[in-house]
Amino acid sequence: MPDPVAVSTPGGALLVWALILPAAGALLALALGGRHAERIVLVLMPVGLGLAVAVAAGVLRANAVLVYVVGGWAPPLGLALRADGLSAAMMITTAVVVCAVGLFARADFQTPQGSLEARAPLAFWTLLLGLWGALNAVLLGDDLFNLFVALELLTFAAVPLVCLDGRAETLSAALRYLLFALLGSMLYLLGTVLLYGAYGTLDIVLLSDRVRAEPAAWTAVTLMTVGLLAKTALFPLHLWLPPAHAGAPAPASAVLSALVVKGSFILVVRLWFDVMPGVPGHAAAQILAALGAAAIVFGSVLALRQARLKMLIAYSTVAQLGYLFLMFPLAAGPGVAPLGAWTGGLLQAISHAFAKAAMFMAAGLIAQALGHDRIAGLGGIGRVLPMTVFAFALGGLSLMGLPPSGGFVAKWLLLTAAIDSGQWWWALVIVAGGLLTGGYLFRVLTPALADTDGHLPAHAPVARYREAVVLGLALVSMVLGLLPLASFGLLQIGRLDMAAVP
Amino acid sequence: MSEVTLFGLGASALVGIGLYGFIIQPEPLRRLLAFNLLGSGVFLLFGVIARRGAAAGMGGDPIPQALVITGIIVAFAGSALAVALLLRLHQADRGGAAPGGDAPPAGGGDGDRT
Repeated sequence: MPDPVAVSTPGGALLVWALILPAAGALLALALGGRHAERIVLVLMPVGLGLAVAVAAGVLRANAVLVYVVGGWAPPLGLALRADGLSAAMMITTAVVVCAVGLFARADFQTPQGSLEARAPLAFWTLLLGLWGALNAVLLGDDLFNLFVALELLTFAAVPLVCLDGRAETLSAALRYLLFALLGSMLYLLGTVLLYGAYGTLDIVLLSDRVRAEPAAWTAVTLMTVGLLAKTALFPLHLWLPPAHAGAPAPASAVLSALVVKGSFILVVRLWFDVMPGVPGHAAAQILAALGAAAIVFGSVLALRQARLKMLIAYSTVAQLGYLFLMFPLAAGPGVAPLGAWTGGLLQAISHAFAKAAMFMAAGLIAQALGHDRIAGLGGIGRVLPMTVFAFALGGLSLMGLPPSGGFVAKWLLLTAAIDSGQWWWALVIVAGGLLTGGYLFRVLTPALADTDGHLPAHAPVARYREAVVLGLALVSMVLGLLPLASFGLLQIGRLDMAAVP
Repeated sequence: MSEVTLFGLGASALVGIGLYGFIIQPEPLRRLLAFNLLGSGVFLLFGVIARRGAAAGMGGDPIPQALVITGIIVAFAGSALAVALLLRLHQADRGGAAPGGDAPPAGGGDGDRT
């Protein structure tokens, strides 16, 4: 059977700009230095958001993928960029979260008056652009090796964000994160070379035609999945995540928890559904979901036991990442239930991104106001920062899966898919996870909203616009739940595993 | 035994040793070295695959050779970042100057504070 030759589609050039602009901005920020770094980010934020929306509009209008064949060299010799509905939706998510974090972080990472340049602000703004470009590359790549490079760029942009303050404990958290990530990337690369050896191409579209269920493919998918799970911090490879995400400055925690871990998750989805649909088999998908279920239970229970707010939110990320992996046994194959599970799993990734970014930034504001983030000492904060605490609670509702949030729709779709396909045990996990999530949220909200007889805790002022940014993100995670279900059709466009099914 | 098989087995051995070392060593520096061993095994495997896929009249398939160069650069960059973090951690642990977010103006790198 001759391989289909990839050709650039109209609008494909947008994909190149989505990669070039952040990369060029990062280089320029580093070259010009000083205050220019922040200005470059502020200029690129609306441009990048516009590009992401344009890509999504292009995918929706054509009802097909956007492709750009770089340099006119078609795969397997050349590289292609490919935006399907999943890429487009995640690109918009990335752009919105990055823009919100950028606005929020202006107060944290300002170059001090009187000095030309400071290390932490320059590093933060440059890395933020690098991270954005790397995420776009992860979402648009169509070549497994190209994706490896994108994933490494993402890691190298994310690790220094953990230790911006240079304290020993954050340095050691960053080092642990980096070592996990490096091991993950080597396992991924090992799988890639096996696939190339067996099938002679690394292009996702071409591979999906050629891959068969045989030992070479099984070994490769196992190695690559384990490697990617180390980067996604799925239980039991989550040990690096809580200290790294909790130790980072609040805006950095927000991008790390909301976006960076999703990058490697999206690659697992690509691998299991696009590259080799059905090859890993039902039992393997059950194992993956079992790890997800364990992550939900362990992450939530550990979150319940934390004394510090940021640690609690970080463990909640461990738990919420578990939900993402429930989609693997539920979304395979044709039919209505798998379709819902696919939408539910990805919607969980998207709504968690908005909710978690809002919660980490809310925690940052609370810590700034009170000077600490001990949960026991949160008394009265609800009166000091009502908008922030409200945003935190809204984000929490989405994590719990209460209507009308995006998290509710996501978990509802997963739940119905589990019941419809007769895999009721995953439904139990989803419900139990929601209850546990409620438990740790009430641990925070009870002291935060406690009546302190009019005594306000001693607090530092917090800029109003920063509270508004946090609330805005939390509201986005809510609004996702109010959209009609049909509007998530975008997520189905360009699925390679569906193309194979008549 | 053909040379492809021989080198393939060598690559597997390196991957195995690297993985073993990475898992059992608690010291970050040793884990980093184990990571590099693992990496060497993977890169050798790229060479083996290039050799095996050689077309008539060519010494090897050029694509894996092009990929392996990128792979080596990425592994090098990762190792350099890890070593830089280790050095900073060592300084901070000795109670040395661990500058906060407001280091003096441009110019001075981070490594030259000793």
